[in-house]
Amino acid sequence: MAITHKRRDAAIWGWTLFVLVVIYLPIACGALASFNKSRYFGFPVKQYSTDWWSKTVDSIEIGMIVKTSILVALLVTVVSVVIATFGALAFARYDWKGRRLYQKLILLPIFFPQPVLGLAMLLGFNAVGIQTSWATAVFAHTVWIVPVVTLVIAIQVYGFDPSLEEAAFDLGCSRLQVLREVTLPLLWPGIWSGMLFAFLLSWSNFPLSLYTTGADSTIPEWLYAKMVAGYTPMVPALGTMATLGAAALLLAGGLIGLLVRRRAAA
Amino acid sequence: MADIALAHAPETAAELNRARALSAGARCALPVAILLGIGFLAPLVAILGYAFATPRSFDVFRSFTLENFATLFDPSNTVWLSFLWSCGFALATVAILAVVAYPIAYGLNVVFGRAAPLISVLFVFPLFVSENVRLYGWVLFYIKNGVLDGTLKWLGFSGGPEVLYTPGITLFGMVYTYLPFMLFPMTLGLALVPRDLVDAARDLGAGRLFIWREIELPLAMPGILIGMLLTFVLAIGATAEAKILGGQSIIVISHDIEIAFTYSQNWPLGSALAVIVTVFISGLTLFALSKLDLDRMLGRR
Repeated sequence: MAITHKRRDAAIWGWTLFVLVVIYLPIACGALASFNKSRYFGFPVKQYSTDWWSKTVDSIEIGMIVKTSILVALLVTVVSVVIATFGALAFARYDWKGRRLYQKLILLPIFFPQPVLGLAMLLGFNAVGIQTSWATAVFAHTVWIVPVVTLVIAIQVYGFDPSLEEAAFDLGCSRLQVLREVTLPLLWPGIWSGMLFAFLLSWSNFPLSLYTTGADSTIPEWLYAKMVAGYTPMVPALGTMATLGAAALLLAGGLIGLLVRRRAAA
Repeated sequence: MADIALAHAPETAAELNRARALSAGARCALPVAILLGIGFLAPLVAILGYAFATPRSFDVFRSFTLENFATLFDPSNTVWLSFLWSCGFALATVAILAVVAYPIAYGLNVVFGRAAPLISVLFVFPLFVSENVRLYGWVLFYIKNGVLDGTLKWLGFSGGPEVLYTPGITLFGMVYTYLPFMLFPMTLGLALVPRDLVDAARDLGAGRLFIWREIELPLAMPGILIGMLLTFVLAIGATAEAKILGGQSIIVISHDIEIAFTYSQNWPLGSALAVIVTVFISGLTLFALSKLDLDRMLGRR
């Protein structure tokens, strides 16, 4: 019995590691192409250089696009985390009449193809006469990201004991005090993961941005435009930078979350 | 839970409490409801409006015609072909991913132990890299003189296979992109299987296949179904794979919608098509979700 288990476990480990290698293979290929000195990619790489990286960093156009991406992602994070925190309380904390229906309706934007959603929003903006720009993209991202973040925070809310809130009320706290002193500190780990999800999903979003940014452009949009016409190694260079940025943020976010939890436990 | 505790409390207090909880829940849901009302429902209404507008016009809500739908259902229109491609590819993606993801989901629950959180993060992270960046990485891998071709030539072979810009590579791209959407619901589903139950069955002499078919699979089904549904729905709407990897060797349904909106500047026709896709997807989603208990899935005790 133990032997068959060992063999099964080894097979599962092997398969998982293989799939992980496949998942990261294209990302590695992009990094490789960005260090290729010549304009057109060829493997094995004849000469490595960091020229395309420095050109990408120096480009004023790319600088503006990066700023737009950061601005959009920051605003999306703030707005969607606030809305989703309340959304998660309604999802998991309170028993109320419309809850079952609400739990299902909130999933619909996730179960909806983003290119179609982006187009629908473009039509909506057009119908009411709103000019699309980075601000409409913030709104579009929020519509899709709030349901995701609501689920992320809801998982934390399920593990939360509502009697703590009730005790605070009984001891004479106001609604705001309970929120600030009891509810938010208890939900903090979920809210923190929700913030990371919101920022990173907005940062990497392409289909919604494509239709809703108007004349502005985000990093994934710029990359796509250059992939279709006018490839330069700045495309994989910027793609790799965006990936590394996301990885650094995720790592830092994870470490901060861990430290805060350690300190809270101590 | 709370309801059971309250049942023993004095009638009036219980009712008071419930009334407060009811309004608090609804109030918390309000911002989300407003956001989705304006940002999700209203655009769908706009699409519906355009779908019944005069073809090639922008007379939304001012004209009414069924002409766009008639055009789409006309036998000479090839849009049904795109729809079939999309459905077929989505089904194939679901089937392949179910097989690919199941051992990993099982491993995350039973085998990996302390390494499981790290492995989960490694599977989540690609979601934070724009899908066109990842798909373009595959182009660099498969392209002539790319990583695969170059490696094979270096090893003395005549070169890599020409897979780029074929329907097959589109399917590969979809399987690649949607793996996390199958994996995580499946992992949540398998977490619902009590290990004691499996052990008990084994002690009583049940074979491995029997345990899998009679215990694991049925108990994990809600998660597996959500994963399949999510993957299927997202794959129906996939365009980037067919465009970047497939080189438009096939036209998928979302691409048809995009073409109507961009090149042919026929918003009403594109909207009519989007309405059909939307009705198909929401019908499927709502039907499947109505069968599931989300509280149990996500861990309410």
